Amino acid sequence: MSALDRKLLRDLVRLWPQALAIALVMAAGVATLILGVGAHASLSETRAAYYERNRFSDVFAGVTRAPERIAARISEIDGVFAVETRVGKIALLDLPDIPEPASAIFVSLPDLGEQTLDLITLRSGRTPLPGATREVVVSEPFAQAHGYEIGSTFQAILNGVKRELVIVGTALSPEFVYALGPWDLMPDDRRFGVVWMSRAALAAAYDLEGAFSDLRVRLLRGASESAVIEEIDRILAPYGGEGAHGRKDQLSHAFLDAELTQLEAMSRILPPIFLVVAAFLVNMTLARLITLEREQIGLLKALGYSNLAVGMHYLKFVAAVALIGAALGSAAGTWLGTGLTRMYGDFFHFPFLIFQMSPSVYLVAVGVTLAAAIVGALDAVTRVVRLAPAVAMTPPAPARYRRTLLDRLHAALRMPQSGVMTMRHLVRYPGRSLGGLVGISLATAILVGSFWSFGSIEFMIDVQFHRSDRQDATITFVGEREASAVQEIARLPGVMTAEPYRSVPVKIRAANVERRVAITGKPEDADLSRVLGSDLAPVRMPETGLALSDQLAAILRVETGDVVEVELMAGDRRTVEMPVAMVVEGYLGLMAYADIGTVNRLMREGALVSGVHLSLDESRREDLFAELKAIPAASFVALQRVSLAKFRETLAQNLLMMVSIYAGLAAIIAFGVVYNFARISLSEQGRELASLRVLGFTRAEISWILLSELAILVLLAQPLGWLIGWGFAVAMAAGFESELYRVPLVVNREVFAYASLVVVGAALASGLIVRRRIDRLDLIAVLKTRE
Amino acid sequence: MNVETDPPLVFRTRALAKVYRTGEVEVHALRGVDFEARAGEFVVLLGPSGSGKSTFLNIVGGLDRPTSGEAWFQDRDLARSSDAALTAYRRDHVGFVFQFYNLVPSLSARENVRLVTEIARAPMRPEEALDIVGLGDRMDHFPAQLSGGEQQRVAIARAIAKRPEVLLCDEPTGALDSKTGVKVLDALTRVNESFGATTLVITHNAGIAAIAHRIVRFADGRIQAVETNAARLRPEEISW
Repeated sequence: MSALDRKLLRDLVRLWPQALAIALVMAAGVATLILGVGAHASLSETRAAYYERNRFSDVFAGVTRAPERIAARISEIDGVFAVETRVGKIALLDLPDIPEPASAIFVSLPDLGEQTLDLITLRSGRTPLPGATREVVVSEPFAQAHGYEIGSTFQAILNGVKRELVIVGTALSPEFVYALGPWDLMPDDRRFGVVWMSRAALAAAYDLEGAFSDLRVRLLRGASESAVIEEIDRILAPYGGEGAHGRKDQLSHAFLDAELTQLEAMSRILPPIFLVVAAFLVNMTLARLITLEREQIGLLKALGYSNLAVGMHYLKFVAAVALIGAALGSAAGTWLGTGLTRMYGDFFHFPFLIFQMSPSVYLVAVGVTLAAAIVGALDAVTRVVRLAPAVAMTPPAPARYRRTLLDRLHAALRMPQSGVMTMRHLVRYPGRSLGGLVGISLATAILVGSFWSFGSIEFMIDVQFHRSDRQDATITFVGEREASAVQEIARLPGVMTAEPYRSVPVKIRAANVERRVAITGKPEDADLSRVLGSDLAPVRMPETGLALSDQLAAILRVETGDVVEVELMAGDRRTVEMPVAMVVEGYLGLMAYADIGTVNRLMREGALVSGVHLSLDESRREDLFAELKAIPAASFVALQRVSLAKFRETLAQNLLMMVSIYAGLAAIIAFGVVYNFARISLSEQGRELASLRVLGFTRAEISWILLSELAILVLLAQPLGWLIGWGFAVAMAAGFESELYRVPLVVNREVFAYASLVVVGAALASGLIVRRRIDRLDLIAVLKTRE
Repeated sequence: MNVETDPPLVFRTRALAKVYRTGEVEVHALRGVDFEARAGEFVVLLGPSGSGKSTFLNIVGGLDRPTSGEAWFQDRDLARSSDAALTAYRRDHVGFVFQFYNLVPSLSARENVRLVTEIARAPMRPEEALDIVGLGDRMDHFPAQLSGGEQQRVAIARAIAKRPEVLLCDEPTGALDSKTGVKVLDALTRVNESFGATTLVITHNAGIAAIAHRIVRFADGRIQAVETNAARLRPEEISW
């Protein structure tokens, strides 16, 4: 090993705390990119493979009762590759292990031959025997949530008749990755499950022998989805078709897609920011570090080393630090990315996971950091090697200071000379001060960018559960009921108020934009489930016309006063024109509301209701639940409190984990910046500070001189960091947006406070470490050696 | 000088020894130094590199502690003082002047002096200190705008502004040419005379010895010889 390389190793050892801090900053940048992109790529790839292997359908249609022979006509539609008909119904369950009513979607399995579409993946046991009326396969998460095993039994109310069912197997299916009950926000495996039964048995229970209520279609590659949907709608219309739709409107797929979109937004927006911040910091820090090596560089040149050799020496030093950072970052990124993929994989109940850690991501991450490090070093090295060796070896001439306007301020404030030193030093090196300022504010900014979503989600919860949907429970009926059903429910024990709603599936069109939505009819003076205006105050339902959520209005490009075309997907399936009476706030899904009277007039079916929202007397919950479990009219009972708890729990699991990882990495970056800034300032000013110690200044006094400079930068950096962080939040909120939900951009004061707290904490920690170094300053050596 | 009129003792060391251990090597920088200095004395410490004079100055200046032996400033035991006590000692009693000035570049001449007067107990005004060293007209210049001699005189002003009992100078003219060096020495002797500060000056330069009351020669960690100048020269009378 050459003497120069030996020096390199020794320098690395000598400067290890700083080298490590820089390497950690780089590692944080690299890790974020790898984990973000890796987790998203892995989950997307897993989903694609899952859909492919289990032949997930492209087009879905519900129908009241269509004869089986219709299927042949559908398979002849141009572009249709495969067709599967089945019976699908939502029904109440009676589960003794939980007090609340639960539901399941019952799906038929063919008695003859195999499933052609939406294949289930059996996880245990077997499929029901053909025609077996009691045998069922249940979704694995549901079984796990209840501790069911093969042979366990539970009761269900199928078409008003209570039956005991026995579990013969557990399974997963690509169409129920996200198993959501009506009016639920998050899958709750305790209260909603999937049950597969023999087609003959399920058809018999619902009087659907020789008929189907659920149609699945897979398209040929390149086929037009909308053309096929139109044709299916035409064929099914006479049989009570509810309107076919593509994957976009399939509940599980849409939610999964929204999750992946969010994950992608995270991986598209945060990691590049992290990487750029890390690169900037590495660049700044290494440049300063090398400037400190001025004398050594002069010496090497005096000894006869060429500029190139000296330059290479320092580049190697920097590359070594960068490679340590890249290696740490790649390892951490792979580990965290795999962990995150596993966590989401568990949450989605994917039967398998494909880890997709593309080499190009590693190359980009490592390349960017390495390049930033080398550019930073190169700049500093060229500046130093340009000096004649003799000049380089002498200390730099005392820096030129000039009087500035600030001096008047110092005089006016009667600032002590140590304070004047600090201020002049800051002003004298604007580039360095600015670099430190920007570095620290970026650290604050990425923390704001990581933390803000909590506040926004709390805000969303507040709007959704406390201002808008304030009901304690929502009962969804099996089909529509007479309005008198509301009174029946209102008489149940513990029900304080009951508020009906009517929901009608429609296609809503303006110009050539079309969306499948449900128009929800509410009483004019709805008090439980309320619609909010843009100021988040409740609005009264318009007497005529529709209230569209702002996102739906934006997609359709309509405003209040415009007219939209509404195609009813139930009843007589007319197409009518309706005015947009108002645009309202809506974070979840594309929503259309109207007065319940308006909806009933539209349907021409008299006063019907789809379900009822309830407020409950909490002390009589148990009594009510016991009654509800046996109510034949209900198919699903949503419990908003339980939903909220589940919502928070799931968020805590996923988002918190994700944000914690990002926040942890951001904290490392914050620490790295501040520590390096303080440490290099100490090297630069060590001699000055030691002189002051000799003159009789105490350790505390000289520490304050150095650390007050840092403190000023840290404090100044906070507002700047908040501003930049807010910008990051704006970018992320835009990236999160999907048609299923829109994350409101709410950046609480707490977010700023926490971000600053972390940065100030990191600053204090590095201040303390540097303070210990100040205590160890060698007073004598510093007087003997020249600068 | 008879006993009654003798000025009080300021420094007293007995068997002062200092051993530096660097790795496996032991360097005996001081091997038993007995020394006394009285108030108002101007003492020049002469000796080759490594003779121990700087180590000695550091110990009596409260920058370092001896390995063994005694070192007293008046009735203050420097050998057994805590770090904080040594800091207070330097702050209240000692003025230092170094070969490389050690000024703070971001502060003007006046502000460099004020740096010390702000923490001293009974300082003179910075302007007064700078007048004494003949820099009354350059007070608002920054170090970068001053010559080496001027910078060193600012350092002296900084050292004397607190009205120290002792002035310790390590090669104060080491980085200066003869003419500039004389100005610096002139400032030192004037301070010594007008404030009665006990002044210890380290130098390589035997010529400077002529301006001292006493010359202490160091060699190999010991005091080799002590001479008293019967007749002192004025700084302007010497050159090198």
